[in-house]
Amino acid sequence: MQVTAIDQGKLEQVLTKYEGQEGVLISVLQEVQGEFGYVPKEVIENIAGALKLFPSQVYGVVTFYAQFYLTPRGRNTIKVCEGTACHVQGATSVLRELKTKLGVAEGGTTDDLKFNLESVRCLGTCFLAPVVMINQDYYGKLQPRDIEDIIKHYD
Amino acid sequence: MEEITLSLNGLQLTGKPGTTILELAQQNDISIPTLCYDPHLKPAGACRVCLVENEATGVLLASCVTPIAAGMVINTESPKVIEARRTVVELLLASHPDACIICDEGSNCELGKIAADLEISEVRYTPMRHYYPIEDTNPFIERDLTKCILCGKCIRGCQELQEVGAIDYAYRGFDSMPATSLEVPLEQSPCIFCGLCVTLCPTGALSEKMRKDKGRETRRVRTICPYCGCGCGIYLDIRDQEVIGVSPDGDNPVNNICLCVKGRFGYDFINHKDRLTTPLVRRNGNLEEASWDEALDLVASKLQQIRDESGADSIACLSSAKSTNEENYLMQKFARAVVGTNNVDHCARLCHASTVAGLASSYGSGAMTNSIAEIEDADVILVTGSNTTENHPIISIRVKRAVRKGAKLIVVDPRKIDLTKYATLWLRQNLGTDVAWLNGMMHIIIEEGLWDEDYVKTRTENFDALKETVKKYTPEFVEKVTGIPQDMLREAARIYASGKKASILFAMGITQHSTGTDNVKSIANLAMLCGNVGIESAGVNPLRGQNNVQGACDMGALPNVFPGYQAVGDQQVVSKFETAWGKKLSTNPGLTVVEMMNAAEEGKIRAMYLMGENPMISDPDLKHVEAALKKLDFLVVQDIFLTEAAELADVVLPAVTFAERDGTFTNTERKVQRIREAINPVGEARPDWQIICQLASRMGDDMNYQHPSEIMEEIAKLTPSYGGIYYDRLENGGLQWPCPDREHPGTKYLHKDRFTRGLGLFQAIEYIPPAEMPDEDYPYFLSTGRVYYHFHTGSMTRRSQGLDEIYPHALAEINPADARELGVEDGAMVKVTSRRGEVEVEAMLTERVPQGMIFMSFHFSEAAANVLTNPALDPVAKIPELKVCAVRVEKA
Repeated sequence: MQVTAIDQGKLEQVLTKYEGQEGVLISVLQEVQGEFGYVPKEVIENIAGALKLFPSQVYGVVTFYAQFYLTPRGRNTIKVCEGTACHVQGATSVLRELKTKLGVAEGGTTDDLKFNLESVRCLGTCFLAPVVMINQDYYGKLQPRDIEDIIKHYD
Repeated sequence: MEEITLSLNGLQLTGKPGTTILELAQQNDISIPTLCYDPHLKPAGACRVCLVENEATGVLLASCVTPIAAGMVINTESPKVIEARRTVVELLLASHPDACIICDEGSNCELGKIAADLEISEVRYTPMRHYYPIEDTNPFIERDLTKCILCGKCIRGCQELQEVGAIDYAYRGFDSMPATSLEVPLEQSPCIFCGLCVTLCPTGALSEKMRKDKGRETRRVRTICPYCGCGCGIYLDIRDQEVIGVSPDGDNPVNNICLCVKGRFGYDFINHKDRLTTPLVRRNGNLEEASWDEALDLVASKLQQIRDESGADSIACLSSAKSTNEENYLMQKFARAVVGTNNVDHCARLCHASTVAGLASSYGSGAMTNSIAEIEDADVILVTGSNTTENHPIISIRVKRAVRKGAKLIVVDPRKIDLTKYATLWLRQNLGTDVAWLNGMMHIIIEEGLWDEDYVKTRTENFDALKETVKKYTPEFVEKVTGIPQDMLREAARIYASGKKASILFAMGITQHSTGTDNVKSIANLAMLCGNVGIESAGVNPLRGQNNVQGACDMGALPNVFPGYQAVGDQQVVSKFETAWGKKLSTNPGLTVVEMMNAAEEGKIRAMYLMGENPMISDPDLKHVEAALKKLDFLVVQDIFLTEAAELADVVLPAVTFAERDGTFTNTERKVQRIREAINPVGEARPDWQIICQLASRMGDDMNYQHPSEIMEEIAKLTPSYGGIYYDRLENGGLQWPCPDREHPGTKYLHKDRFTRGLGLFQAIEYIPPAEMPDEDYPYFLSTGRVYYHFHTGSMTRRSQGLDEIYPHALAEINPADARELGVEDGAMVKVTSRRGEVEVEAMLTERVPQGMIFMSFHFSEAAANVLTNPALDPVAKIPELKVCAVRVEKA
């Protein structure tokens, strides 16, 4: 996993804004994630110090919510629909192809931080089954062989 | 408010408003099962095992969080309750492994007990376990979270009680678990291994590694921790004649249920293989085993011979702050009445002699003015020269709780100690400039009119002299001397003066200076100036280092005073003791520890009798100490191990540990508490009091006591402040002196309405620099102290497996900037040299120390900091300047 150095200035800005206030941990975490794309492990102690919390409490909240990530996220998020309609239409083989082509497991991020691969239960576009959503774009009626061409368009 | 009446299991019961249903039930001996409840913790209502039914409404209530209300009809065992409780417990069992037969928790498992009470024989649900690997990479605690039932007691204890917060819940739902931040192993987290989580854990999820394979205890004995001056209540867990563990005494108000790592896990020195089990006598240069008769006869005859040849003052005795009050009393009685000299002292000379001298002259009484528990309710706390978190862990919890409640904390310390994290203000003074900043604060407080005029007028004297002296300590001048920026000093002065209940805590950083007594008097001045003495939660509070150093001083194991600080120069006092002891007594004040060593080297002291002291590690300038002890004609050492000092002895007498004797310790807040014999003496070891008595009778004086309680009766008769202290009163808790008579309840805080000496005395003090300052040859300051995992000369903690494993060798703290200049990397060996000697030690690069200063602990004989330290003495208290000397540092 690629580790980028933390911009301390950005972190300080967020922390100064909230320093000494109570009940603001989630807001701080959201802003930090907004700045860095994830919650870098190195900042947990700083956040705890500024909010007068124990680092374990900050870590507890980060791991409780699905919205927070402790590792850098990819630039593009692929959501493979595994709802009933897509499943029947072969979503599993589409997902398998994505895993092979990207070299990551479900829920993972590629080493070059290009893609996150996630599966979801329904994207509400069953008429396109099997469907994959990349960022805000939909790709429907897919075959595994279509994948290579689609992911080429993202950087 | 009016009491509330309700029906509980058909009984009409009343309780105070705010009482929970569970508490009311417990008060009336009605048991309700609980898993997440502990009386020391805030109730959480998490486990749902304590459900009860309010039959008036049919609602199930968690009794631990529901306050009683009028009209409730509570049934703790209704069919509905039992069904709900069974479901809860069965669900827990469904996710709990079937490992009960091999689980260390055994019959102590709360989950198992409740399941048995509910007669659950079969679980109706499909087992669903969350298997976690066992974590046991630290020496103390094994975590097997597969057995965790998520009651959260470990988390709440760590956060609410210990203020450490190493763990919290992580993840969610079925994946929830107590975890450290980033799930690092405990030893890499802020965990301090106090063991509270293990104490609170209701199942086998948390267990003590050192207790593995030791079996279950067969007895528990209530006693007091043998380490620092906090005086925490503990239970020794015993199987046969071995101490296999320690548990906190939750009823002792000093610590409630908290302990530190030393008290909790530092017990295995008691049954250690190195214990001295027979007397040793030097024959042909070697220490060889001898009978008690041979050893005692030899000691008695040699002491008598030397006394006959060179007079009683050629003999010196060192008493022990580790021994009981009764034993200290006997040791000074032995020196004074049997040998006939006032040459008796102990290691308080090296720690708080300046406190005793300074506070006695300012207030009339040299002890902590207030109590440990009161610290929690102070509104301002000034901590200086005390690394409280490491050296008085249980007191540091009170400080942290006070901060949580809104108190302002000012830390004045050259090192960035843990408490600076909690401080409103941290002043980093140059080493050895305490009088200057204290005078500076008083200058500002007087200049800005923030002092308590009324208090100063009615309760004190000599204010004008102080005012005159502090005049020139302007913030500008003080900044030059101390390095403390003017505005910070001003802010500190304003914060301290603004406190209605401002408490000052201090320790060795103030006292171990050649100006130690001046430092203490200045603190006394500051506290009086703002009217902070004689009220609750304020005062001047010296934190004393040893479990019984307060008591050893109280008992007169000092060369200038009898028990209760009654002067040896006072003819009336001398007559009283002459009558009581039936002997003519010397009125010459005796020698202090460092003076004794000097006199030994000069040949004026020919024999020494050391009880539980190890000057070969604890005293300044060890090379000199070694030369002095070797020069002696006769050295007797009475100890539990063959210490560095014992290795030089002519006769070694094996003593017992705190676990093998009855007696009392007096903690830092003046509380006299009972310790109890828990196991038989190891080998032929004997309690100090018996050894002294047997020696005295061989020297022709009959000291005849059947039990330490009889000694305490004699102490009570001769010592006004202990006049009401008798064993029968100590059974259920301690008594704080002054306790002048049998009916007196003890004294929580001193100097209420009137100082012990009448009026509080302001003393005008000028700043004097330390005796040795850095120069071209020795460019660094060296300061010394203790670390959390070890105690004093290490004879106990270094023989405690876990403590020595987690902190195995000495570390010298060096500022990274200095290290760069020296070309020293973290973990490299460095040679530290002073005018008196050199040691090699591993460097630890840390910002904790400022540039230009090295810090070393003195526990380690292989890198003994006291080889380097300066024996320069405070002129009044004769305390050596252990906190400041000049050294050179090189790559080893």
